[in-house]
Amino acid sequence: MEGMAYLKDVVTLELNEEKCVGCGMCTEVCPQAVIAINDTGRAWIKDKDACMECGACSRNCPTGAFSVEAGVGCAAAVINSMLGRSDVCCCGPIKTCGQTVHPKKSSCC
Amino acid sequence: MGKIPLVLPVISELPQKCDIPVGLPGLTQPFVAGSIETPVGTAPRVTSVLTWLDRWGTIRARWGVGRMDYTVEPGLYAHGNPNNESRVLVTANYKMSFDRLREALPGRDAWLLVLDTKGINVWCAAGKGTFGTEELVRRIKMSGLDKVVTHRELMLPQLSGPGVAAHLVKKFSGFKVKYGPIRACDLPAYIEAGLIAAPKMRLKTFTLRERIALIPIELVAAFKAAILLMLIFFLVGGLGGPAGYWSNATNYGSCAVVAILMAIISGAVLTPILLPFLPGRAFSLKGCVVGVVAAFVLLIMRNPYLAFWPERLEAMSWLLLIPALAAYLAMNFTGASTYTSLSGVKKEMRFAIPLEIGAGVVGVGLWLVSRFIA
Repeated sequence: MEGMAYLKDVVTLELNEEKCVGCGMCTEVCPQAVIAINDTGRAWIKDKDACMECGACSRNCPTGAFSVEAGVGCAAAVINSMLGRSDVCCCGPIKTCGQTVHPKKSSCC
Repeated sequence: MGKIPLVLPVISELPQKCDIPVGLPGLTQPFVAGSIETPVGTAPRVTSVLTWLDRWGTIRARWGVGRMDYTVEPGLYAHGNPNNESRVLVTANYKMSFDRLREALPGRDAWLLVLDTKGINVWCAAGKGTFGTEELVRRIKMSGLDKVVTHRELMLPQLSGPGVAAHLVKKFSGFKVKYGPIRACDLPAYIEAGLIAAPKMRLKTFTLRERIALIPIELVAAFKAAILLMLIFFLVGGLGGPAGYWSNATNYGSCAVVAILMAIISGAVLTPILLPFLPGRAFSLKGCVVGVVAAFVLLIMRNPYLAFWPERLEAMSWLLLIPALAAYLAMNFTGASTYTSLSGVKKEMRFAIPLEIGAGVVGVGLWLVSRFIA
């Protein structure tokens, strides 16, 4: 994204190229064009700093070639979890089997 | 905010934790425009035309009114007049997500499979796993989709990727997942191109228009938290000082209220608007820069008599408090932004939070001292 880049050298995304079968699912789901397929038909991490650690690539990799500490990059959510409200979703109430837990409503999403 | 486990859980059988009513969604929901007979029963029919009620709902949700309960019933809907060969498009049961999808489909017949994401939009729900493999497989079975359509293909929004493992959906339901474009409005072009997404359809943007749409909800949240703070500053502003209580409150207390308002505008309005043009990468730094400018604007307007200690301390307190509050609010905008990583946010918070708290405590201290030595 032009003019928008977040902190450098913090991203936890790793790719085990030997596991890659070249299906290309990772390039389809990545919303930041972090991954590309090289000439030999395997995935490579083209722009690691652009990764937002959403976890879509690792979730959709049929061979488990990606590892990433995925999560939502949301300060309000981090604060909630530091305060011990770890189950709290930053975006809204979580309804579990009929009972509704209303967490602190935040603007994060 | 849990991390998505690196090892995916193996779903051998579908857990039935909740008693979710099995069957088709209700026909009496206000946006339902009719019904259609299917092999599994009568399904509600919707159109791509949004009514004033739908548009009013979007505006309300953007301002945080009823946003946590802005839902449609999960299940299978007909868009137009679909048959057993029509496409199946999957979305979340946040009403705004549902409306963006059907709005993009004028003149197209399709089935809309709405997942129970607890009223959360596609991307956030995928991040939390509610728009996930398990719910999708369960919803396919509960809606009897294999009897309604003869093909075995689903089209999902690309941003559901963090929650849905396409290969596992295929394994457990027999349905192949095709990831469509990020934005519903690109669907016609994607379908016309033979289900091939142009590179820009796969790239999440964060345009000025998209950032402005998020401002109301940021403002509402900031105001809810700040209203008590402003009241306290106003009332304490009356104590001490040269004149009577209400005269002091009107002078120093009002100045505090204006200062807090300026901090909110800086962090929750100006920072989102100016985001790509502000210096630094950390959101808190961007907010701090706007806050410093706002603090100087306030001081120029107030024109304090700086040879006089109380006024000097008051000026210093606002030079600390406005940037600190603006930085904090800007930092919270990471959650609304489309490109911040969790590792980055944690790193930013490790240096920003101590500074914000430090500046806040010193700022409040200076302001109180300025009130009581005056």
